[in-house]
Amino acid sequence: MSILIDSNTRVVCQGLTGRQGSFHAKQCIEYGTRIVAGVTPGRGGESHLGVPVFDTMPEAVRETGADVSMIFVPAPAAADAILAAADAGVKLIVCITEGIPVLDMVRVKAVLREHDCRLIGPNCPGVITPGQCKIGIMPGFIHQPGRVGIVSRSGTLTYEAVYQTTQQGLGQTTCVGIGGDPVRGMNFIDCLELFEQDPATEGVIMVGEIGGTDEEAAARYIQEHVSKPVVAYIAGVTAPPGKRMGHAGAIISGGEGTAEAKYAALDSAGVKTVRSPAELGSAMAALLAG
Amino acid sequence: MNLHEYQAKQLFARHGIPVPAGEVATTPAQAVAAAERLGGKVWVVKAQVHAGGRGKVGGVKLAKSHDEVGQHAAAMLGTRLATKQTGPQGLPVNMVYVESGSDIARELYLSLLVDRSSERIAVVASAAGGMDIEEVAEKTPEKILGLSIHPAAGVQGYQARQVGYGLGLEHEQIKAFAGILQRLYALFCETDASLIEINPLIVTGGGEMLALDAKINIEDNALFRQPQLQAMRDPSQEDETERRAAEHDLNYVSLDGNIACMVNGAGLAMATMDLIKLHGGEPANFLDVGGGATPERVAAAFKLILSNRQVKAILVNIFGGIVRCDLIAEGIIQAVREIDVSVPVVARLEGTNVEQGRAMLKESGLDITPADDLTDAARKVVAAAA
Repeated sequence: MSILIDSNTRVVCQGLTGRQGSFHAKQCIEYGTRIVAGVTPGRGGESHLGVPVFDTMPEAVRETGADVSMIFVPAPAAADAILAAADAGVKLIVCITEGIPVLDMVRVKAVLREHDCRLIGPNCPGVITPGQCKIGIMPGFIHQPGRVGIVSRSGTLTYEAVYQTTQQGLGQTTCVGIGGDPVRGMNFIDCLELFEQDPATEGVIMVGEIGGTDEEAAARYIQEHVSKPVVAYIAGVTAPPGKRMGHAGAIISGGEGTAEAKYAALDSAGVKTVRSPAELGSAMAALLAG
Repeated sequence: MNLHEYQAKQLFARHGIPVPAGEVATTPAQAVAAAERLGGKVWVVKAQVHAGGRGKVGGVKLAKSHDEVGQHAAAMLGTRLATKQTGPQGLPVNMVYVESGSDIARELYLSLLVDRSSERIAVVASAAGGMDIEEVAEKTPEKILGLSIHPAAGVQGYQARQVGYGLGLEHEQIKAFAGILQRLYALFCETDASLIEINPLIVTGGGEMLALDAKINIEDNALFRQPQLQAMRDPSQEDETERRAAEHDLNYVSLDGNIACMVNGAGLAMATMDLIKLHGGEPANFLDVGGGATPERVAAAFKLILSNRQVKAILVNIFGGIVRCDLIAEGIIQAVREIDVSVPVVARLEGTNVEQGRAMLKESGLDITPADDLTDAARKVVAAAA
């Protein structure tokens, strides 16, 4: 079992013919992902990487039965691409694009409330169910089908958590990189809810970072609704206030969003927190062995 | 990107948001001439730096004669102003803003920002203007009024009235306040702002409302579609190293320690700083070289790091996913040779072809210590810097 995607998932890639889209879609296909369509306006009727290309999303969905969209469209047009996907009726949108203006995302989120679909990202590595389906830019080979669900705001820290759980022989059910932007799609709580319901997921690793209060909200949710063991790490203990640390969402403002506040909330919710990102795998292994 | 007060006020004026009359000056003589043109008997001379808290450190001065305007301008121009937001080195004062003095009856606070929890633009207002809003929020949260704006609907009349009455405005002022709020919202959207703050928004003795201060932050992700605002950038107010980093598409933030780090991915970069600290060291910077980590970018990153003379050791931490570790090792070796890196380098590589990468580092003959894992890397670099 897994959450969100599996071997039956049919993917349409918006921006398939672009440089980023081509490179990563090829890797996804090699991993075994069923990419059934691409969308690039003006390129309809072509075939790219052996995948049929369409001018519009409704065509692509109608002709191929795609139910998940993977977006590599550049930032200026990415919000438009997300809304096109939602309007075409896919149930999950995975937006990899980095650098989307936040006011675009404010509009997108307002519209998405009217649709029955989930959004992962933007500015994220994507989502993977090891051995079945990879949607995004993560290196497939470090993953291993297994028992742990992973949710993270950071790309490379997700890889750390994945790599460590693979080394511990635990493997992963599904890994979700929710992205580093302040206004984004799925959040910790959305993923925790799905992992709690997934019978194959025995424990959850969550990787947060400074900025906002989503980790605090997740802590409250875990206390009330999550029975499975959770290991958490928060990046940015040493980050100075007021400075943006790479991710648009990673900024401590007005005393809010500090790593210490997040750790305190998670500790008091009974989450196993680790101060070193090197201990994510071993901490989870210890919890699952106990 | 931050704007100066005078730039923000120009934008306010263009959008019909009332501001006192004022002019920018780069010399004391210009400041005096500005005061003469503005007329009146009282002026305020304000240092133009990208930081708040100017008033408390002599960056905002009242003048009651043209001579005084000139004296204040002379005292400010060419100096550096250190406020509690700038750090001890402060920011250079290259311009002052000379403004007509205002007759202040009440001071209010008004700001718009992108609120992450409601995922909308939010309005924050308070009757306790002229004070540090974070302090007001902490000590007297009941004095803070907030509301969020639906992006399809914009600011509604009832919302403006609720805030206006909540601020204790007179019935006649409510309409003016609603106008200000609606125009600010339009300005916020048009400029892709991440924050617009007026502190204080004053009510004059005559019952007029004026924005006495103005702060606008523009969201960096949206600068590509804001060419006019890009032209307002003032590099003198930015950290020199951070600016050069941005030119190479590197994310860099200066810190106070002596262990530099170079990492791919923002989250891992923060985690690397934390690890250094956890093992008893002090990070000198945050640096994300991005997913690509090509030899050119690695070289540019080394140059940046080494421009900080406090650096005693460098930790390179790369999780090679799509990028192969042997290629990254090649980039590191090339860069270390090319730019003559004079401090010890500890490199932790993980991912595709990691064995090859580590072997290449070992055989290079350079002062590069390969590390086995995150913990090992942190220990080794802390030891190297000691």
